[in-house]
Amino acid sequence: MREERSDMSEDEDGGGGSAKSRGGGGAPPPFSDQVLEIVLENVLQFLSSRRDRNAASLVCRSWYRAEAQTRRELFIGNCYAVSPRRATERFRRIRAVVLKGKPRFADFGLVPINWGAHFHPWVSAMAAAYPWLEKLCLKRMSVADGDLSLLAHSFPNFRELSLICCEGFSTAGLAVIAEKCRHLRVLDLIEDYLEDDEDEMVDWISRFPETTTCLESLGFDCVGGAVNFEALEALVTRSPALRRLRVNHHVSVEQLHRLMARAPQLTHLGTGSFGSAAAAAAAAIPQGGNNVVDLVSTFAASKSLVCLSGFRDMAPQYLPAIYPVCASLTSLNFSFAEISAEELIPVIRHCHSLQIFWVLDTVRDEGLQAVAATCKDLRELRVFPLDATEDSEGSVSDVGLIAISEGCRKLRSILYFCQQMTNVAVVTMSKNCQDLVVFRLCIMGRRRPDHVTGEPMDEGFGAIVMNCKKLRRLAVSGLLTDKAFAYIGKYGKLVRTLSVAFAGNTDLALMYVLEGCTKLQKLEIRDSPFGDSALPAGLHHYYNMRFLWMSSCKLSVRGCMEVAQRLPHLVVEVIRERDEDDDHEAVEKLYMYRSLAGPRNDAPPFVEIL
Amino acid sequence: MEGGGSYGSDLDNLKATELRLGLPGTDEPKKLPSMLPRSSKWAILEATKRSSSEIKSVEKDQKPAAKAQIVGWPPIRSYRKNSYQAMKMEAETTGMYVKVSMDGAPYLRKIDLKVYKGYKELREALEDMFKCFSLGEISRMDESNVYEYAITYEDKDGDWMLVGDVPWEMFLSSCKRMRIMKGSEAKGLGSIP
Repeated sequence: MREERSDMSEDEDGGGGSAKSRGGGGAPPPFSDQVLEIVLENVLQFLSSRRDRNAASLVCRSWYRAEAQTRRELFIGNCYAVSPRRATERFRRIRAVVLKGKPRFADFGLVPINWGAHFHPWVSAMAAAYPWLEKLCLKRMSVADGDLSLLAHSFPNFRELSLICCEGFSTAGLAVIAEKCRHLRVLDLIEDYLEDDEDEMVDWISRFPETTTCLESLGFDCVGGAVNFEALEALVTRSPALRRLRVNHHVSVEQLHRLMARAPQLTHLGTGSFGSAAAAAAAAIPQGGNNVVDLVSTFAASKSLVCLSGFRDMAPQYLPAIYPVCASLTSLNFSFAEISAEELIPVIRHCHSLQIFWVLDTVRDEGLQAVAATCKDLRELRVFPLDATEDSEGSVSDVGLIAISEGCRKLRSILYFCQQMTNVAVVTMSKNCQDLVVFRLCIMGRRRPDHVTGEPMDEGFGAIVMNCKKLRRLAVSGLLTDKAFAYIGKYGKLVRTLSVAFAGNTDLALMYVLEGCTKLQKLEIRDSPFGDSALPAGLHHYYNMRFLWMSSCKLSVRGCMEVAQRLPHLVVEVIRERDEDDDHEAVEKLYMYRSLAGPRNDAPPFVEIL
Repeated sequence: MEGGGSYGSDLDNLKATELRLGLPGTDEPKKLPSMLPRSSKWAILEATKRSSSEIKSVEKDQKPAAKAQIVGWPPIRSYRKNSYQAMKMEAETTGMYVKVSMDGAPYLRKIDLKVYKGYKELREALEDMFKCFSLGEISRMDESNVYEYAITYEDKDGDWMLVGDVPWEMFLSSCKRMRIMKGSEAKGLGSIP
């Protein structure tokens, strides 16, 4: 499923982000060395892992050069960690770029708009340096239509564009991409915010070339407006290589039916609304029955389907239509469908091969029990709350968590929203699911203790870090004392990403983590009582991290300034949203990250770089 | 009343006499996402997104109520959160399935009242739905110009009422189920539409 790419593995990025600076250049090496380098290049081109490549580049100057010449994929985990110029000067033959911008807490509205992460300087540099660029993946970047236009005009061989959680562009930009990128294979728009006015939308679907296309993947479920359906149907018809299609909620189930008939070879399908267009709904009689029958046979004919998503406006009577493909589904996303346990059970019963399952908590513990009973191969589970407030009733609980842990022993990744939890349930999961790599539990009530014992959730999370030896990503919640963080520091040796909210008692908690988690790369903290005296505990480690985010904690300018002075290659940003009413000294939001580029020159007025 | 802050207090008094819509004691909110007429939940989503910054400033002015919404908590991406809010809003304002029985028909039907714009559409849909039972036309009148069938509904208080008397919106909020009864039985219900 496309969504899994949003959790891209967070390796140390050496792609220009290494703190050890390297200059290129100097006099050309002697002949024998040149031969050696050519041999080396031929060998190194097979090296794909960027961590291996980073290691190779550190051996000696010769290896550094050879590696730089042979690297094809550039990964920039933080767009401000290195300047576009520097990156393009070191790596000359890049074909694919991954570029990430804003800190993750931007997804939750904690980063003001216009903070930065502009794509423009990057696309300008790449347009000059990488004429053979084929693939681009952007995450949390600010992308303008002009940038997309420049992209479309600069890279004649361009093939794949993925925009994840980006904003700033509109259907006008998409139109240029569709029209100019004649070799486009992939256009995936995932959870982006398009800047369209309802009446100014461009019919971008019609702009694809009229000949047979080489499209393999087209995903636009986040595009707000309706697309020209006739054009879409025609496009699908002339795209024989299409394997992944994700339409938006404006596509009704009747229209979906037509699209599926044109593309029985699809492997991934985003079903759009999966409800009837209003007119047909009004009839709601025997015709409706025929519709379902037709849909069932269409699904039966789609023998390659392994991934289903969408279901934005699902009419329950259409759900049985997917039965024919359930047994072969590896990925199912119901997270926008308000279905009950009764509606889920007949479906999930067939899904023996399911590995990835996203669902709304409307299915309740009972629904999760059904999942646990059938989906023995489940690797990833995400349970989202329909009512995302602190005092909602809560539809899933420790019962569901325990059931999942007992049924889905191969679980690797879980994201679970609930209103209340028990330590016992979390401990049970830690023992049953030894393969856990990602454990994210969000108890929505802030600082809520174990609802049976009244105790903090320390023991539960402690068990997770103790028992799950492969754990790399952890998000904690509920009532947590410093003890929980002592556990994390002591046992979370592989943890790379840690998210903390409304937790801990004293600075000790943060110190435990900074001192203990040797592999920590991304630390994001909000609303926790950690102050200046904890920051020095990480001085030895900040250069190894992608970033540290702390908001609504107890930091002051003085404490942050000390860090900035001790570590010159660290960019320390203080973000102030409010006007200077009260405390000038208090730091509301701190975002700090290593950088070879120094303080950025595009910082908006509310960002102060220390 | 004193001289000192008189200008300020005069303004306050003026404000109290100001004619505006809304409950007394509330400030007129700044531009909130407008509820668009048709089930355009995605327009709501877009409008919500666009005015989220405006909402923020509204929240600052009006001291939030006891259960203050913390920014960014629970941590759900805005994209998803807005979709869920739209879903909930739509659920609150849509999806009214009620049972419909017809005298003489072997089984009942269920319809979603929200799908219809008014009484005329409802009548037509019912006509369509029940004609397969060959019980006669709901809209047909007999010799004495009386409808053969009457469409009635049970309201929140448990009383059986004739469909069509009250405004459509009121009907939607009070109708619990419907019954198409023979005109002869319906005589006691009053004038037939």
